Amino acid sequence: MGYEIDYLALAPELIIVGTLILVLVLDLILHRENKYWTATVAVAGTALALIPLGMLAINGETISMFDGSYVVDEFALVLKGLFLVAAYIVFLMSHHYIESERYYQGEYYFLLLASILGSLVMASARDLIVLFIGLELVTGPLYLLAGWRKGDVKSNEASMKYFILGVLSTALLLYGMSLLFGLTGEVGFTEIAAATASLSAEPALVVSILFMLVGFGFKVAAVPFHFWAPDTYEGAPTPITAYLSVNSKAAGFVAMLIVMYQALPGASDIWAPALWLLAALSMTVGNLSALRQTNIVRLLAYSSVAQAGFMLVPFAAAAVADANLEEAFGATLIYLVIYAIMNLGAFAVVIAGARKTQTGTLEGWSGLGRVDPILGVLTAVFFFSLAGIPPLAGWFAKFEMFRSVMIADPATIALAVIAAVNAVIAFYYYAKVVKAVWLDDPVGEFADEAAAAPAGSLRLALGVAVALTVAIGIYPSIATFVQDAAQVLATGG
Amino acid sequence: MEWFETWGLTLTVFLPVVGAVLLGFINKENEDALKRTALTFTVLAFLASVGVVVGFDFGGGAYNTYQYEVNETWIGAIDSNYHVGVDGISLPLLVLSTFVMVLAVIYSWNHWDEPKNPKAFLILMLILATGMNGTFVALDLVLFFIFFEIVLLPMYFMIGIWGDKSPRKVPGFSKVFETRLYAAIKFFLFTLFGSAFMLLGFLALYFESGSSSFGRTFDIPQLTELGSQGFFANPTFAFFVFGAMFLGFAVKVPMFPLHTWLPDAHTAAPTVGSVLLAAILLKLGSYGFIRISLPILPDEARNWAPFIAILAVIGIIYGSLACLAQTDMKRLIAFSSVGHMGFVMLGIATLTDIGINAAVIGMVAHGLITGLLFFLAGSMSHRYHTREMARLGGNIKLMPVMGGILAFTAMASLGLPGLAGFWGEFMSLVAAYNPLDGLSLGVFRTGMVLGAVGTVLTAGYMLWMLQRVNLGEPSAEWEGHELHDVDRFELTAWVPLIILIVVIGFYPKVIFDTTTDAVTSLVEMAFGGDTTASITSVVKGS
Repeated sequence: MGYEIDYLALAPELIIVGTLILVLVLDLILHRENKYWTATVAVAGTALALIPLGMLAINGETISMFDGSYVVDEFALVLKGLFLVAAYIVFLMSHHYIESERYYQGEYYFLLLASILGSLVMASARDLIVLFIGLELVTGPLYLLAGWRKGDVKSNEASMKYFILGVLSTALLLYGMSLLFGLTGEVGFTEIAAATASLSAEPALVVSILFMLVGFGFKVAAVPFHFWAPDTYEGAPTPITAYLSVNSKAAGFVAMLIVMYQALPGASDIWAPALWLLAALSMTVGNLSALRQTNIVRLLAYSSVAQAGFMLVPFAAAAVADANLEEAFGATLIYLVIYAIMNLGAFAVVIAGARKTQTGTLEGWSGLGRVDPILGVLTAVFFFSLAGIPPLAGWFAKFEMFRSVMIADPATIALAVIAAVNAVIAFYYYAKVVKAVWLDDPVGEFADEAAAAPAGSLRLALGVAVALTVAIGIYPSIATFVQDAAQVLATGG
Repeated sequence: MEWFETWGLTLTVFLPVVGAVLLGFINKENEDALKRTALTFTVLAFLASVGVVVGFDFGGGAYNTYQYEVNETWIGAIDSNYHVGVDGISLPLLVLSTFVMVLAVIYSWNHWDEPKNPKAFLILMLILATGMNGTFVALDLVLFFIFFEIVLLPMYFMIGIWGDKSPRKVPGFSKVFETRLYAAIKFFLFTLFGSAFMLLGFLALYFESGSSSFGRTFDIPQLTELGSQGFFANPTFAFFVFGAMFLGFAVKVPMFPLHTWLPDAHTAAPTVGSVLLAAILLKLGSYGFIRISLPILPDEARNWAPFIAILAVIGIIYGSLACLAQTDMKRLIAFSSVGHMGFVMLGIATLTDIGINAAVIGMVAHGLITGLLFFLAGSMSHRYHTREMARLGGNIKLMPVMGGILAFTAMASLGLPGLAGFWGEFMSLVAAYNPLDGLSLGVFRTGMVLGAVGTVLTAGYMLWMLQRVNLGEPSAEWEGHELHDVDRFELTAWVPLIILIVVIGFYPKVIFDTTTDAVTSLVEMAFGGDTTASITSVVKGS
């Protein structure tokens, strides 16, 4: 512990900062036709940041800086790896999308990089202030990016809704945090945990926890704080939607769990029932709403609400039953990683499919598989993976989720049954997309071959996502190291 | 052949999927190359399974010892292994699976349902083959679950894309659906519902085994050993776990009242899809009962046995009566499966060696016979463009060979002695007369009587179908139609089935020799082996 700075440990963040500045400068210098260089730089910078990350992972040491506020341990590294890889895929998806629509490329990549920086900071945060800064840095740029399609009213609406509700949730979160600080006089998680041990019945603590949960609930779009999600997802540019549903959601998720897990373990009788309720509602409402959707992006929006519910299940169940939170945390983490990969794949398919079909409605996608079999197969892979059908990666996420709820306790058994029923409901609407693509006869016109071929970068994004989805599905051992990372947090934090 | 000891089963399971990957690289237009590649890989898988038979030690050994065993770490984090192996119970089913797959590829050589696309169809068939073969050799619950689920996707697409396009009114919906879409999603949702609970059951076993000497395990042999020692004796635990697994397997079999997906799926599926569904997919459920439910939870199996027997008998009677109400030939055959699988489940429910032997031979026979019936129904509707029995009369005059084979198969299906279908029905009734000690004689003997009535009803509807389809004068509407009799691809696919039906009918020892040791020792291990009648007396009596 101390104030020395380990530059290797900070290297990923520093590289992203450097890239971000470089992008901004390049955007000023470059001529309009050459602006695509900003994309190249952003992609290269993200890839470069993975190198020190790998070195740190091999090194395997836990590095604690700034008096324990900023910790680089296995857990943080896994999350940073996830954020960077996901960001890399989002950049690949963005490249052609942004360039062809002639949006402000330089600013786009600058803002996205800033958001990524926020997620990296968040992963290492071990006190309330750093956590808050990281989390806000993730969301801030996204208010702008959601409205990036300036000419489209829907995009304006997306940005506006997201901004107003986001700011409200931030205020609630901050208020909750300040109450916690007021009660304990501490900001560090471990110190708070020690100080709250004797406080469990304090009304102010209850209020503080509930406020924070509401704030986080907005960030992860858990029911009943999900109303902004479908509209924002639909209106935002699709790569940003992918980013919202993966990186930004994951950041909110991890922040919520880490605060509850590390700072407030003693108060689990307050937040555990609330999480149980959030999980059950998110799964059920998300799935039932998704059933009725006819627009693929909206369908994915509700699906991501429901998936957030599934992700909460292990943690909520274990907390309610006072069981081992470590295993539950591990299950949530692996679910998060697998969800990130397959959901990014699904959005990449949506971008490619939208170019081909010129529409985002399910009906318009009818018969796509016959015109473009490869895209059709990819649709089947990602959507069935989201549904949890073996041998695609999603099954292992669902499996771990179910494994962690096998605790003999009425509340957890109820949650397990709700989850099992929801898994079947979810299958129905994921299958609806596959059905449209493969089973239905074509309704609309398809764009011709050459104009609609996915750009090279998008193909790469699809390739990475599909390779990971199949590989993890067949041999999940390659991803289970993620679960071990959760234990580091438990023992080392 | 040292290497084959370790690689034999892996080859049998994964050769088809290797073929599927290769097919992906062959041009869609190049149909010959596609078919040849698919055939090559199914034949290779079949040869691998034959190799397994050749090297198989029929001396057996005690139950829960497996041959060609491979046990490698697969998912370390959840203690799940790639553990495969065969014994006398799974071997016949494995060979049946690889064998029928070869015939299905041969048959599909010139039979493509709309919208054709042989490439996609063959790829799906090969993936299906891997899932089915894998289920029969998996000795790890997670591995079993994965293979059990893998078969869903290809079958969903087969029914959904190549299935019956006629409209169908679904109760509760104002919209009219195409039959294929309705049947495909119904098939998937039913099975998924069952397997979600099955998975919960597996997980419960995993955690419960945590306090044993093995530690938490998904390993079937280890769990079987624990089961036979009475480790899972806690009645509430055993009840819920058995119930959860029952849901998963019973949907697949299917048992009354969870059978309603079957007539729709079978009728809507393309010919090859129905054949594979009937011949192999249904066996995954009954095999699960024998391999997992009975040995791991023997005490609970005793409690559930009368209940299973009652459902099985209801299935027999209900299936037969439903057959009598059908006008569609394919749907009739589909419902007959409900009845035949009822006999299989009745045999299993007796918990005796005779009953379980009856179940295994019943599964093999049903696979061969009903598979052939679906081939025939497919070929006939291919020619007549209808499956309405009322319009098909006089088939034997128009197509003598086809009619002859149909007559033969129907006889086999109704359980004519001397053909394969006889043994399963007869022996499961024998077993029901004398179930495991301690099971209610009243329930089982009543079941036997009702089952016997079921055999009469089976004969009734099969003969009735023959009369309507084969006999009589051809309807005037077929005059002037060029109706080709059986072609060479059909013959190549069907003759091996016919031969096997006769061989097993006259000489059931080919199956019993494989199964008896395993089954007897299974019953001994799980239920104390207190069986009154010995299997040998029945077999020798033949």
